[in-house]
Amino acid sequence: MSQGEQAQIDNLLKNDYEAGFYTSVESDTLPPGLDEDVIRFISGKKGEPEWMLDWRLEAYRGWQEMTEPEWAHVRYPKVDFQALSYFSAPKSMADKPKSLDEVDPELLRTYEKLGIPLHEQEMLAGVAVDAVFDSVSVATTFRSKLKEAGVIFCSISEAVHEYPELVKKYLGSVVPRKDNFYAALNSAVFSDGSFVYIPKGVRCPMELSTYFRINEAKTGQFERTLIIADEGSYVSYLEGCTAPMRDENQLHAAVVELVALGDAQIKYSTVQNWYPGDKEGKGGIYNFVTKRGVCHDNAKISWTQVETGSAVTWKYPSVVLRGDNSVGEFYSVALTNNFQQADTGTKMIHMGKNTRSTIISKGISAGQSQNAYRGLVRMSQRAEGARNYTQCDSLLIGDRCGAHTFPYIESRNPSAVVEHEATTSKVSDDQLYLCQQRGLDAEKAVSLIVNGFCKEVFKELPMEFAVEAGKLLEVSLEGSVG
Amino acid sequence: MLSIKDLRANVGDKEILKGLSLEVKAGEVHAIMGPNGSGKSTLGHVLAGRENYEATAGSVDFDGKNLLDMDIEERSREGLFLAFQYPVEIPGVSNMEFLKTAVDAVREHRGMEPIDSVQFMKLAREKCKAVNLDDQFLKRGVNEGFSGGEKKRNELMQMMLLEPKLCIMDETDSGLDIDALQVVAEGVNAMRSEDRAIVLVTHYQRLLDYIKPDFVHVLSGGKIIKSGDRSLALELEEKGYGWITKEVA
Ligand SMILES: Nc1ncnc2c1ncn2[C@@H]1O[C@H](COP(=O)(O)OP(=O)(O)OP(=O)(O)O)[C@@H](O)[C@H]1O
Ligand SMILES: [Mg+2]
Repeated sequence: MSQGEQAQIDNLLKNDYEAGFYTSVESDTLPPGLDEDVIRFISGKKGEPEWMLDWRLEAYRGWQEMTEPEWAHVRYPKVDFQALSYFSAPKSMADKPKSLDEVDPELLRTYEKLGIPLHEQEMLAGVAVDAVFDSVSVATTFRSKLKEAGVIFCSISEAVHEYPELVKKYLGSVVPRKDNFYAALNSAVFSDGSFVYIPKGVRCPMELSTYFRINEAKTGQFERTLIIADEGSYVSYLEGCTAPMRDENQLHAAVVELVALGDAQIKYSTVQNWYPGDKEGKGGIYNFVTKRGVCHDNAKISWTQVETGSAVTWKYPSVVLRGDNSVGEFYSVALTNNFQQADTGTKMIHMGKNTRSTIISKGISAGQSQNAYRGLVRMSQRAEGARNYTQCDSLLIGDRCGAHTFPYIESRNPSAVVEHEATTSKVSDDQLYLCQQRGLDAEKAVSLIVNGFCKEVFKELPMEFAVEAGKLLEVSLEGSVG
Repeated sequence: MLSIKDLRANVGDKEILKGLSLEVKAGEVHAIMGPNGSGKSTLGHVLAGRENYEATAGSVDFDGKNLLDMDIEERSREGLFLAFQYPVEIPGVSNMEFLKTAVDAVREHRGMEPIDSVQFMKLAREKCKAVNLDDQFLKRGVNEGFSGGEKKRNELMQMMLLEPKLCIMDETDSGLDIDALQVVAEGVNAMRSEDRAIVLVTHYQRLLDYIKPDFVHVLSGGKIIKSGDRSLALELEEKGYGWITKEVA
């Protein structure tokens, strides 16, 4: 076949596709399946520039040559990636529930337990509400304040258009496109997510929360976040919220990249509460996330996470301590109940001199769940005087669940110090008895004990988040005793 | 207030209480003494409703209600308090938080609002002082690393905060130094009242010099085998238990 012929065929195919394109615009949802045309469709739908499309396609080609990792301590039926749909526009107002009366009562019950105000419940449950709506004005004041400080906080799609130089420079700079199977998939098909840029020396005047990012009620299953803290700046970012979000997507594969330039600090807090599946282990979300940050000289990145949701979690927020004297922290609470499985932890890659890292991991397993901590601490040859402290505690509730710890330590510098402590304990019948004798019911008792166990991590969370996180654990532990 | 009739109870599959009867009225203080392993702690746990402690026969009436029908926490909220012989530790949960949660559980049961944190703090400090424990104990984990005597005083402090109707104190005097014994005795005496009953399990008549009981019972082989007034305690101190067990046999 000559080149000309090939081009002709390509063109034909393309036209064919474009026909399909138009019909699917009406429904605004792509049929299941993934190929290069699907990626072109997504990119086209967002009106992306050529370079962005090329970036995606390159990732897609890489992904095709990769296989799904199987080393994690989790078991789930294989995902058929061709059976997923990779684009669906936000539901129209007409399709949304008209009021809370039309929303799953089970979901409402949880909101109530968490003490979430009514109008927020409506927002979370995706109720079609009027445009004049509290949160809109909140978001507007929010935006103008940020603008004053020179902070950029927008969706990543917006950033591709408005700040292409920043996006080009940093997207994929921390998590390369072919970093791993899920990251490659995300790079090819990412739907949307947040973009943050804090200028030099600026202390972001407020906590940035995904919750307040307007226009973006639903970011979808392939979320992409990029945060850049320029020299000497500071930002605290909150992802998610304690209320369970309604979501029909089963697979979530997000990528989060953090760049902390010299002397900058990024504090990233997450509460992950996706649908964990029912008591029999049916349904639930698979959450395969890649989160990583790079610290330049004297910079600091802290990851704090409270993970209670999803049927399967695969997540290792990591810090590459590239610059000298930089600091990485990881504070984690991972709770699994019923048939949930979590394989989570962190990687601290010490490259610079006198770099320090702290890892505090609290795993709680109840029901028949499996909870694994997997952590890597690597001291490279150059990491003179580097130090790591790891504390890894597991708490078991009942005797049908499991806790596992997989610490990996690689040290190539004799002056580096790595300390690791691990404990496993059980909520004992005697402890429950003491609490009950003092008037607490068994569930309250367990939540009290679990909250005590997690205290060191909760104190790293922003204030109001910490209170909610406590309540969230209580709700998540329902039915774990008695 | 408490009426136990012919109570039989198993721990696991072993019968420990073998037809025990006891009447305790509001305002009274009863002391229960008896040899090791005779079933004193078992009685406390059966009354508190501990798992694996199963009443197989007889009845227990608590303020007109069938105690044996209630859950552990319900018994507590209805006003039954057991000061443990061996209090367990709950690491990470601060004493303060634990106590407030407990107080609020009882208040909720009585249809009251949760207690105001500042007010509670004040109250808790007061009670700490009453049992001669430093304020610092409120911040520490429940019984975490407490010495034996500190744990016992912590039990008493909980009792003071919860203001139960019926206090069962299982060897709260064991392991206390002489000064602490006096502090505990004063605390218990301060709690004596018209509408409260106190059951003290003890091995030492010395405690009864400070807290004067209205009745003294001897529990042996899972039954009350002798009851009397304070003089019975003195007699036991002198002669031990042998003579009664023989008398009964
Ligand atoms: N789980 C158990 N299984 C079998 N026997 C038990 C169990 N728990 C307690 N016992 C037995 O029940 C008996 C009564 O124990 P209990 O603790 O009530 O004695 P006590 O009168 O409080 O003794 P002490 O004065 O030493 O505190 C003992 O013989 C004890 O070994
Ligand atoms: Mg005993």
